[in-house]
Amino acid sequence: MRKILLSSIILLVGITFIGRLSYLQIFSFSPNQILEDPAIKAVYDYPERGYIYDRNGELLVANQPAYDVMVIPREVKPLDTLEFCNLLGIDKDRFVSQLKKARVYSPRLPSVLVPQLSKEDYGRLQEKMRRFEGFYIQKRSLRYYDTNSGANVLGYISEVNEWDLERNPSYAAGELKGTTGIEKEYETILRGRKGVKWIQKDRFNRDIGPYKDGALDTLPEQGKQITVTIDKILQEYGEKLMIGKHGGIVALEPASGEILALISGPSYDPALLVGRERSKNYSKLHYDTISKPTFDRSILASQSPGSPFKTLNALVALQEGAITPETTIHCYNGFYVGKRKRGCHCGGGTRNLNSGIYLSCNAYFAGAFRKIYDQFPTSAEGMDVWEKHIKSFGLGTFLGYDLPTGRPGRIPNKEYYNRIYGENRWSSSTIISNSIGQGEVEVTPIQLANMTAAIANRGHYFTPHVLKKIGADDISIPEFTEAKHTTIDKKYFEPVVQGMAEVYKKGTARWLQIEGIEIAGKTGTVENFTRINGVRTQLTDNSVFVAFAPVNNPKIAIAVYIENGYFGSRYAGHIASLMIEKYLKGEITRVDLEKRMLEKTLEEEYAKPYSGQPFKINERVW
Amino acid sequence: MSVSGKSVLKRLDWFSVLIYISLVFIGWVNIYSSTFTEDNPSIFNFASLHGKQLFFIGTSAVSIIIILALEANFYERFSSLFYIISIVLLLGLFVFGKTIAGATSWYDLGFFNLQPSEFAKVATALALAKYLSDIQTDIKRQKDQMISILIILIPAFLIIPQPDPGSALVFFALIFVIFREGLPLYYLGIGFMVILIFILTLMFGTIWITIILGLLLALFLLLKKPSFKVPIIPVALIYVVIILFSLSVNFVFNSVFEQRHRDRFSLWLRLEKDPKKLEEIRKTIGYNTYQSEKAIESGGKYGKGFLEGTRTKGDFVPEQHTDYIFSTVGEEWGFIGTATVVILFTALLLRLVYLSERQKNAFSRMYGYGVISILFVHYFINIGMVTGVLPTIGIPLPFFSYGGSGLLFFTALLFIFLKLDANRLNELT
Repeated sequence: MRKILLSSIILLVGITFIGRLSYLQIFSFSPNQILEDPAIKAVYDYPERGYIYDRNGELLVANQPAYDVMVIPREVKPLDTLEFCNLLGIDKDRFVSQLKKARVYSPRLPSVLVPQLSKEDYGRLQEKMRRFEGFYIQKRSLRYYDTNSGANVLGYISEVNEWDLERNPSYAAGELKGTTGIEKEYETILRGRKGVKWIQKDRFNRDIGPYKDGALDTLPEQGKQITVTIDKILQEYGEKLMIGKHGGIVALEPASGEILALISGPSYDPALLVGRERSKNYSKLHYDTISKPTFDRSILASQSPGSPFKTLNALVALQEGAITPETTIHCYNGFYVGKRKRGCHCGGGTRNLNSGIYLSCNAYFAGAFRKIYDQFPTSAEGMDVWEKHIKSFGLGTFLGYDLPTGRPGRIPNKEYYNRIYGENRWSSSTIISNSIGQGEVEVTPIQLANMTAAIANRGHYFTPHVLKKIGADDISIPEFTEAKHTTIDKKYFEPVVQGMAEVYKKGTARWLQIEGIEIAGKTGTVENFTRINGVRTQLTDNSVFVAFAPVNNPKIAIAVYIENGYFGSRYAGHIASLMIEKYLKGEITRVDLEKRMLEKTLEEEYAKPYSGQPFKINERVW
Repeated sequence: MSVSGKSVLKRLDWFSVLIYISLVFIGWVNIYSSTFTEDNPSIFNFASLHGKQLFFIGTSAVSIIIILALEANFYERFSSLFYIISIVLLLGLFVFGKTIAGATSWYDLGFFNLQPSEFAKVATALALAKYLSDIQTDIKRQKDQMISILIILIPAFLIIPQPDPGSALVFFALIFVIFREGLPLYYLGIGFMVILIFILTLMFGTIWITIILGLLLALFLLLKKPSFKVPIIPVALIYVVIILFSLSVNFVFNSVFEQRHRDRFSLWLRLEKDPKKLEEIRKTIGYNTYQSEKAIESGGKYGKGFLEGTRTKGDFVPEQHTDYIFSTVGEEWGFIGTATVVILFTALLLRLVYLSERQKNAFSRMYGYGVISILFVHYFINIGMVTGVLPTIGIPLPFFSYGGSGLLFFTALLFIFLKLDANRLNELT
């Protein structure tokens, strides 16, 4: 017993130690050693974010240096606080509180005292800086905008939040990332990859040389520049026209699906979200709930399309053999749904497809819509066919463009109506409003523009996109380079396009003809409602316009949607016409027209629902 | 001399020698790594710590030759003298001692600082063996028990005020020798119980101990055979004594111990649950343990490689070349390295047990047990401390840690025994 006691203890202790060591070194061992090791510090080398150029190689977004004033609290010597504060442009209370905050964070590690000084402030400060011990200036890179427009489509960058840090290990706290728009969509391309240097530290946090002689270090990978399809001049011009108006403009190149302009009104200067005033400006924009400048109406505003939608109904009717271009329908200054009469502004009389389009006759399209459904034994079957054709124009879907946000709009189907009215309890008459683009259909401006491009191409479209080149290489993304075909045969487009061309010649937009350019278009005047204190109240009609030009070999397809702009030909038609002229000719010949558009605003109209007073709608303003 | 020298080499236990050489070599490699700087890579630079250690290894080699060359009965004969010299040296420290790191434990010999407590370990082991192996000593006699315990306690109490409680603790380990020779085992049992109750009181509190122990007693009374008569009064007495002791533990812990002692215990037993306070302890009293545990952990299975230990290079573990040398093994050689060292120590200790047991001569056997006790307690406390299973008690790892006196006297301790072992057949003739 006594003989084996000591041996047993020795063995037991040996086993205990092996157990403890295997617990420490095998089970507790974490593979992220290098990150947790207090003896190794990672120093990141940030690559410059890629520039963004417009379709013509014009610079849109670049970088600018900004200067953070840093402080290491325990190195701060007594100083002339007043002078220093004056130099920094902050008051003394702020200085004291910032300094205290920094000291709480760490007395020996640097903290930001004043972030993002401008170049000018930096110049003034730089010479005097060495008189203030414990403070120094650290450079960092911010976005610089060589344009005052495109804020929504370009997007902005901001500091990563907790959520990003958790989901994406390549981000570290304090880094910047694209938060909206193109900056977000092409974050990985623009961002590049940061380089890292591993530094060996001792227990006093002093550097004692590179870890493993730099064997694990990586070089930063520069962010690539990208070229976008936006036309800077057109974008800027469109935003200028949109001052004081709410709505969206989307211009596409029909032959490629490239987005020439993506305008949301009102917009804001993208530079507002850079630099020291960023958060103040952001709050101001974010809390403007009436004009919502950060809400990109061009891709997010899902509303009734109005009369431009008639062109699609015409195409469906032709395709299904419900009408021919020669079919006539009589307009009684309106049409009857059962005993109820629905109005029409076309002037009345007998309409065929051509005059139906250029005069935007409601009765004609209600008739044509009924004829489609009459082809089928049940409304539900008619609905299936109608839905299939309409959706082939990219409506009712997210379209698949390369921007991080959007709305699908709404193309109702039989399930939708069965839910509302019950099975077999609805007919083409019940849903007749869809024939003129009112009712349940909803589209976004970009969908309207895409639909117009499909008509301009006579039957196909390319998914709208903003990316043109990465670095020097043209994109070859099949999603964007392959044509999507509609379900309408090519031959049916010509009469519709003809009617749309007549809109400019003798129809609803005959005042808007541009010298030397043949345009096809369609006006829309959309009834709309809001709720004021729970009461459904009608507002001034939305002004809508779609157009493409030239009629043969179209270069631009455009959709303009102006909230409460009244007649389609009024605001939307004017703006579309000016945009087309600007793009195709490069200059505006109709100066009076342009002047009117630049000067007129709808602020008064937008203020009405908030006034608390009864108000008139659809007032004649000019 | 030449004949006996030859026979010594032939009869020397080379297995133990091989382990000794391995430990010294591995130790030196790790000392080199933990004191290495880029601008001082030379092995033979005697200004550097690893260079000095190399010199100490050379000195130890010379001492081995001398130890083996001397007559075996020299050690037994002069053990009392060694013991007296060591006591004198320890006393002398109070007058002539040199203070390093707060402890007056050294004599300054100019080229070398001599630590007499190291010498005293060898001398005490020899003296104890000599006293116990004396024909007139009967360990069953209480007087002889007391004298043998006194032999251990005198140097221990001289060392405590240096202050060097760690080294003093080592002497208590020699009680194993007395046990081996017949000190009743209930001494050990009582000692073990005392430690257990101490720990349990700190972890669970007196109330729980009272309740649990009471429940156990009740359970025992219920389940026992009806025929078994329980001696009621002694059992009740033991129960009361345990509770009183447990109460006194609370008193000692809270009123006699200083805060740093309390912190050590609360760190060791993981009593502190508040993460904020734990962080505080890690930065102060628990800093060494925390850093060394982390360094070992970061080595993983295979380690970071020789001279690649980042925490070692960054000097994160204090005293890494002395008491905390094992953390360098852990970081740079991983589990493979640490397990190897543990296995080497276990093998050496077991081998020494085997060698001791085969001694015909009582003095050799008892001295063997003395060697085992001293080596074992160093190894146990040191690795236990470095890996965080024991509270912080600063004693070196034998053959491993940097330090001249340590290496020299551990070598002497071992090789005197190996000499005795090699000589065991001569005893018969």
